[in-house]
Amino acid sequence: MAKLTMTVNGKTVSAEAEGRTLLSSFLREGLGMTGTHVGCDTSQCGACVVHVDGQAVKSCTVLAHDVAGADVRTIEGMANPDGSLGKIQQAFQDHHGLQCGFCTPGMVMSAAALLAENPKPTEAEVRHHLEGNICRCTGYHNIVKAVLAASGQDVSKIAAE
Amino acid sequence: MPKDGGIGASTKRREDVRFLTGKGRYTDDINIRGQLYAHFIRSDVAHGRIRSIDTSAAEAMPGVAKVFTSKDFEGAGGLPCGWQVTDRFGKPMQEPKHPILAEGKVRHVGDPIAVVVAETLEQARDAAEAVVIDIEELEPVLDMKAALADGATKVHDDLASNLCYDWGFVEENKEAVNAAFGKAAHVVSLELKNNRLVANPMEPRVAVGDYEDHSGNHTLYTTSQNPHVIRLLMGAFVLGIPEHKLRVVAPDVGGGFGSKIYHYAEEAFVTKAAHILKRPVKWTSTRSEAFISDAHGRDHVTKIELALDADHNFTAIRTETYANMGAYLSTFAPSIPTWLHGTLMAGNYRTPLIYVNVKAVFTNTVPVDAYRGAGRPEATFQLERLIDKAARELGVDPIELRRKNFITADQFPYQTPVAVVYDTGNYHATMDKLLEISDYAGFGARAAESAKRGKLRGFGIAHYIEACGIAPSNLVGQLGARAGLYESATVRVNATGSISVFTGSHSHGQGHETSFAQVVAEMIGIDAGQVEIIHGDTSNTPMGMGTYGSRSLAVGGSALVKATNKIVNKAKKIAAHLLEASESDIELKDGKFTVAGTDKSVDWAGVTLAAYVPHNYPLENLEPGLEETAFYDPSNFTYPSGAYGCEVEVDPDTGKVDIVAFSAADDFGNIVNPMIVEGQVQGGLAQGIGQALLENCVYDENGQLLSGSFMDYAMPRADDLPMFKVDHSCCTPCTHNPLGVKGCGEAGAIGSPPAVVNAVIDALHRAGHTHVTHIDMPVSPARVWAAMNG
Amino acid sequence: MHNFDFVKPSTIAEAVKALSDGDAQALSGGQTLLPSMKQRLAAPGTLVSLTGIAEMKGVCKGDGGLHIGAATPHAVVAREAAAHYPALAALAGGIGDPAVRSRGTIGGSIANNDPAACYPAAVLASGATVVTNKRQIAADDYFQGMFTTALEEGEIVIEVRFPIPQKAAYVKFNQPASRFALTGVFVAKFGDGVRVAVTGASNNGVFRWTEGEKALSSSFSADAVKGLSVDPAEMISDLHGTPEYRAHLVKVLTGRAVAQANG
Repeated sequence: MAKLTMTVNGKTVSAEAEGRTLLSSFLREGLGMTGTHVGCDTSQCGACVVHVDGQAVKSCTVLAHDVAGADVRTIEGMANPDGSLGKIQQAFQDHHGLQCGFCTPGMVMSAAALLAENPKPTEAEVRHHLEGNICRCTGYHNIVKAVLAASGQDVSKIAAE
Repeated sequence: MPKDGGIGASTKRREDVRFLTGKGRYTDDINIRGQLYAHFIRSDVAHGRIRSIDTSAAEAMPGVAKVFTSKDFEGAGGLPCGWQVTDRFGKPMQEPKHPILAEGKVRHVGDPIAVVVAETLEQARDAAEAVVIDIEELEPVLDMKAALADGATKVHDDLASNLCYDWGFVEENKEAVNAAFGKAAHVVSLELKNNRLVANPMEPRVAVGDYEDHSGNHTLYTTSQNPHVIRLLMGAFVLGIPEHKLRVVAPDVGGGFGSKIYHYAEEAFVTKAAHILKRPVKWTSTRSEAFISDAHGRDHVTKIELALDADHNFTAIRTETYANMGAYLSTFAPSIPTWLHGTLMAGNYRTPLIYVNVKAVFTNTVPVDAYRGAGRPEATFQLERLIDKAARELGVDPIELRRKNFITADQFPYQTPVAVVYDTGNYHATMDKLLEISDYAGFGARAAESAKRGKLRGFGIAHYIEACGIAPSNLVGQLGARAGLYESATVRVNATGSISVFTGSHSHGQGHETSFAQVVAEMIGIDAGQVEIIHGDTSNTPMGMGTYGSRSLAVGGSALVKATNKIVNKAKKIAAHLLEASESDIELKDGKFTVAGTDKSVDWAGVTLAAYVPHNYPLENLEPGLEETAFYDPSNFTYPSGAYGCEVEVDPDTGKVDIVAFSAADDFGNIVNPMIVEGQVQGGLAQGIGQALLENCVYDENGQLLSGSFMDYAMPRADDLPMFKVDHSCCTPCTHNPLGVKGCGEAGAIGSPPAVVNAVIDALHRAGHTHVTHIDMPVSPARVWAAMNG
Repeated sequence: MHNFDFVKPSTIAEAVKALSDGDAQALSGGQTLLPSMKQRLAAPGTLVSLTGIAEMKGVCKGDGGLHIGAATPHAVVAREAAAHYPALAALAGGIGDPAVRSRGTIGGSIANNDPAACYPAAVLASGATVVTNKRQIAADDYFQGMFTTALEEGEIVIEVRFPIPQKAAYVKFNQPASRFALTGVFVAKFGDGVRVAVTGASNNGVFRWTEGEKALSSSFSADAVKGLSVDPAEMISDLHGTPEYRAHLVKVLTGRAVAQANG
């Protein structure tokens, strides 16, 4: 066990962690921040995506000690300062981009990373960017729509009917 | 009047706020002070005899509380099967014991043998490596037909054979069906496989057991679609815990698709272990573990034949199916290839004679049970593939062949030859709608454009029917169900007029917290924000049967309507008293009680307050309070139907299939929240397309699961799918439930696989590959390429 | 995961020293190693992270080509190599998914030499040089079969030096589940000939399709390989494709890569 310090959603946090502690475990068990989910063990599903120093990473495939001192952002840090839903979160609610909600934290974090580097993505770019985030509920239709809407694009033509 | 929160409004989901901010409370988010962690040691061979298990070294390892084996469960029952199928000869199915931990033999890779419980999960896993298990490997039973051969190795030594049952339906029609085939002008047949799938909800299963020594109360937190069913099965049949001492909580659940209906060994284990160790015990499945311990779906091998007369009227259908049960009978497994499959073989057509034969077989594989659609996708796939094949062989248009044989709108209620009575529908209307929204007329131009890019374009149609809203209890009881299939609701009106609804339906993605509130808000005429929906905890909700089979709104919603009607009736009595009018003159509109023809009124909150502060109240003939419970048992199934159209492009060089358009025209009857309904269809389509193109559960010759992780089991990703065109404007309301609703959860997964495969075959035929009559799912690039070049 | 001691040196020298213990293993981006450790398939006593070594990161033009530090993540290569070696940048931008590309590194990829990984195809087709803490290894000598390389115990990849071809392209056909290459072909045209490297297809790992190279060296066109056939004997057979299918894909993808390289 060794002490580990990092910044999570703007706050400096410290906890003891073994060498084998994954970032996802450190967040969930070490810090009690259970918004980040773990949906697989082969680095495929993306439910665990968080940002480390601005980059989207799969927190189940990063050792916590390897990102000591880093600036980490999770789903718990995505709302507006007043607690209302952030732009991407709001678009997911407006366009029914989630059902069971389990993949949602990773989806939102991946979408945020996309829009940070590509503020007006095409539908194909959104789909390609989200290939590392598996959703079993929505068929992605409304997730893609939500991400496009969050980028400020008109999605009224992408109707369900 | 609820402005955006009543029936028919696409109200945004209230539950989304917690899910979008990381505040959902899933079972793995629950950590109880002092909890221990369980790690299951599972068989790595498909079939074997356990010679010995030595746990002594492991028990001495750091942090280990106890290592459990089957010896620790000697008094416990096996995991029960909830449905007994009777075979064609009138005998009950063969039903083996399904122990919590393997007794004597292991029967599939993943079969749990022992469990290490320790202070931390990693300590449990470390100690698991020190448990010494000696297994004599036996020949695995894998191929279903070989499993039924004389002298085949048996999965269960104490059963007569590997045959669970040989079911015939309708057995009395068998000879008449054969005679019809003898007289047929045309007979078309098709042999196909319905590929084995893994449900893979994104949240793996989790179970946390807790025990309170002073009261003897047990609590199980579990990822379940139906906590009351788990309480009943586990309490009464496995562990012998009376229901008032057992609370089962299914909090936020991250998807189910059927796989979280069943009672699993891990649930019974953590409950019992917590009792023995007097500490909470938690188990969280890894995804790799889920692949070998969650019930799988489908896995049918079928031969289907269709007889037609000279005018191309369908005269008879005959099928023979081998259905894989896996190593044990999962909770509802026997019912899937029988009552949820054979009864749908009429499809949307007027075929007068049908005979379905199903042989259910034990093999050394993971148990198979319901997965989204459950039996109905298997029925639809056979039928809709076969009709397409028939159209090609007869040289007629597949759409026209369907239309010619459709049950017409004036024929409802329609008694099929396979027991069920369709209450309502309009199949020509859904077909028309599909052709419109998919721009079928423009297909030729699109195909020409594809050809310019070197791609082969095809259009595939499928029309489906399903039986949802499971189910009339007395009927399913006759068919072998060991449970009732009603649903419950309690509507608790609070003193100031807000409402707490307790439903036995469980929401794990379906949005009940929003749509159920819309129903109550509409009925009373208050804002939906005044209504809170509570579910998932046996300690506060009435006995309910849970969520599966597209039943929540049709059955649970009907219970809710019944309970709300009781509330309204009582509230009217109170209002009549307050307004000094006759009860029959009281009208409720927009949350206000009015005496008909007058301006005398009292608002909703005035009545609810009177109910709880009964100072001016007819106490002599009315109890105070405003809380009602109702149970609803449906009188028939509901029958959603629809027409699906898939447009594909095939790359002739690689065989890769791209879905370039997909349209769905469904008839779900009435709709409460269109946004949620569309989302359900889109999700179902993705799963059906996944089955058709990507997903496949593959065992090797030793019974090892080759597709045991997302590295080899291909889940549909965002870039595998197009935007969907979804329409639900065709509406023939269900005739026998109060909301006129039919259910929409499974439709997408039922109708899409045959549409996709039909489209691929269409593309190949248009390109001249007319020797390709069928490709088994998943229609992978390698299979398409091999078929084209075969 | 088994427990281990975690160390994160900041220089190559420190890393080499830490790895001299026989029970130590290097951790680069961890996108393959950590999942296999979770399955307890690998259990090092010490894990030596290479992610904190600044001298192993970066993309720069150097003697005779493009030099990429072994600890450079795929996302950085995708961005920074684009102006110099677009085909290589495109390959890096197509590995895994965006979150994997944030962590996964070129050094980790070629040290592991997964038979379906993308980078080995680029390294081999480019005739790149693998620079380790001990020596320089030519790509043709470096890859020695599935999960096998010329690296010795304690030897780590520091940098990969890519000669820049006149024309190049990489075309990957995805394995539908893992999104690794079911088959991937990297074609590179140099002044003195064409190199074609194939990943994902062979039981022997990444390999050069010499027959294709010969044909393309005389005529760098998609048609040049049309008449050839690829022997399926050494090809991988699994649930996603037969050897015959993979052999067929080698030819199809080579043609597509050439067409793409020719723009």
